Amino acid sequence: MGAVPASLLAPAAPLRLGISPITNFGWRFRRCSVTDVKLLTFVCNWCSYGGADTAGGLKLECPPGVRLVRVMCSGRVDAQLILEGFRSGADGVLVLGCHPGDCHYKEGNYVAQKRAPLLARMLEQFGIERERFRIDWVSAGEGERFSKVVNAMYDNVARLGPLELVDRKVEGSMR
Amino acid sequence: MIKQKPKVAFYWCASCGGCEETVVDLNAAILDVADAVDIVLWPVALDFKYHHIEALKDGDIAVSFINGAIRTNEQAHISKLLRQKSGLVVAFGSCAHTGGIPGLANLTSREEIFRTSFHESPTVVNASGTVPQEDSLADGMPVRLPAFWEEVHTLDQWIDVDYYIPGCPPPPALVLSAVTAILEGKLPEKGSVLAPAKALCDTCPRRKTKSENTKITKIHRPHEIIADPEICFLEQGIICCGPATRSGCGEVCINGNMPCTGCFGPPPGVIDQGAKLISAISSLFNAKTKEEAMEMARQVVDPAGTFHRYTVPSSLLGCRIHKKAAMPADGRMDREAA
Ligand code: SF4
Ligand code: SF4
Ligand code: SF4
Repeated sequence: MGAVPASLLAPAAPLRLGISPITNFGWRFRRCSVTDVKLLTFVCNWCSYGGADTAGGLKLECPPGVRLVRVMCSGRVDAQLILEGFRSGADGVLVLGCHPGDCHYKEGNYVAQKRAPLLARMLEQFGIERERFRIDWVSAGEGERFSKVVNAMYDNVARLGPLELVDRKVEGSMR
Repeated sequence: MIKQKPKVAFYWCASCGGCEETVVDLNAAILDVADAVDIVLWPVALDFKYHHIEALKDGDIAVSFINGAIRTNEQAHISKLLRQKSGLVVAFGSCAHTGGIPGLANLTSREEIFRTSFHESPTVVNASGTVPQEDSLADGMPVRLPAFWEEVHTLDQWIDVDYYIPGCPPPPALVLSAVTAILEGKLPEKGSVLAPAKALCDTCPRRKTKSENTKITKIHRPHEIIADPEICFLEQGIICCGPATRSGCGEVCINGNMPCTGCFGPPPGVIDQGAKLISAISSLFNAKTKEEAMEMARQVVDPAGTFHRYTVPSSLLGCRIHKKAAMPADGRMDREAA
């Protein structure tokens, strides 16, 4: 495990739901410009976290704007958590779980899969492009796949640029 | 010696008038309320001027009930004035509480609203293309209208709010119990929603018919089928917002054989009602593959309007992204006291 750039240890805005990003992999960080976007990536404990670890072990490339959050199951990443991610400063949100049929909790990734298209449609109504939210499957051994999915998604989000949510705190208010 | 009655104000912002109607619906009980308090402002029913309020001492009004969302600088100005003059401010109804139906306008823009309302609507004849202006001249006299903001806000995004009475509109029984609690000083901690803490499904009469593993294969909109009046709406494939809506309304829609649309806002612990509903409802879809999940999602005609019907401004996203915040730095109205 190599030294981790400080920029990767903490997201720009703190995530409020009691989740903390973890980053101790041996990835080679890709050269990116300073205006880079942030890709919040939820990885399930049983498969995709292992996949990220394998990618690190293979010293595969990863964009420094990726923030990893380990969760017990992709099914646990409910829609509120994804919106909280966008609200907290993510420009894209990627949910990675076990391949269908391989879920540690049998059905969790199916639940995540059912949620995704409905949420994506709602996000579009709020002006959040489809490319900014994605769900995919990565098993523990699939380091290459992890790197491919993350880099492809990152590039799509980078092409769209930063997501500018309107600040809800009203200036001049008494709060 | 005559004891001075507490002063009370009712005000409406971006409102449909339904909340005012609820107050009127208190029927005979309103006479008791009117007996116990001194109403200093109630534009819908009584004639008072803003300068009467401006003349009051700070904190002189015991309670101000404000309904409606905030969209114009007049609404912002008066709610700020009432905040200054009142001991308690109560956000009354879902528009003031979470943004309500007017808050759906945050999914579009001011420009699109003006285009539809003043140019494109088939019932509008506007050959000269007239659009309301903030400043204009009428017979040589300057006229100033309130500024229409880019976005709709909840009351507490603009001023400090002490309590919330949910509902679109709040049912009279709930209003009466809240008003009684306020008059008797039996209030919970500041910031509370004055309604039960349970979710609607917990108190719903159809609750027992909701099975452990409901599977929805086809979504029906309420007008498309005649719902069985005994069975849980979700079991019948009709979207019901009960799982992520606060109880306290007396299940009026359910008892009228209509599904809940979520007007009581989120129950405690839920930040974003729409997102929670997306999670809750999608988990019931009978879909094993990605394609099946997409097909089920397609059947929900308007996800944001269905799940965030009353909560767009207070949701985590707040409004559609295509625009920058266009809220003026302060809501002062440069108008002489009317
Ligand atoms: S909460 Fe409902 S009844 Fe009250 S003003 Fe808003 S839309 Fe009308
Ligand atoms: S989903 Fe609707 S009908 Fe079913 S139990 Fe909940 S509130 Fe009642
Ligand atoms: S059933 Fe739902 S929509 Fe109907 S009044 Fe109650 S909370 Fe509001």
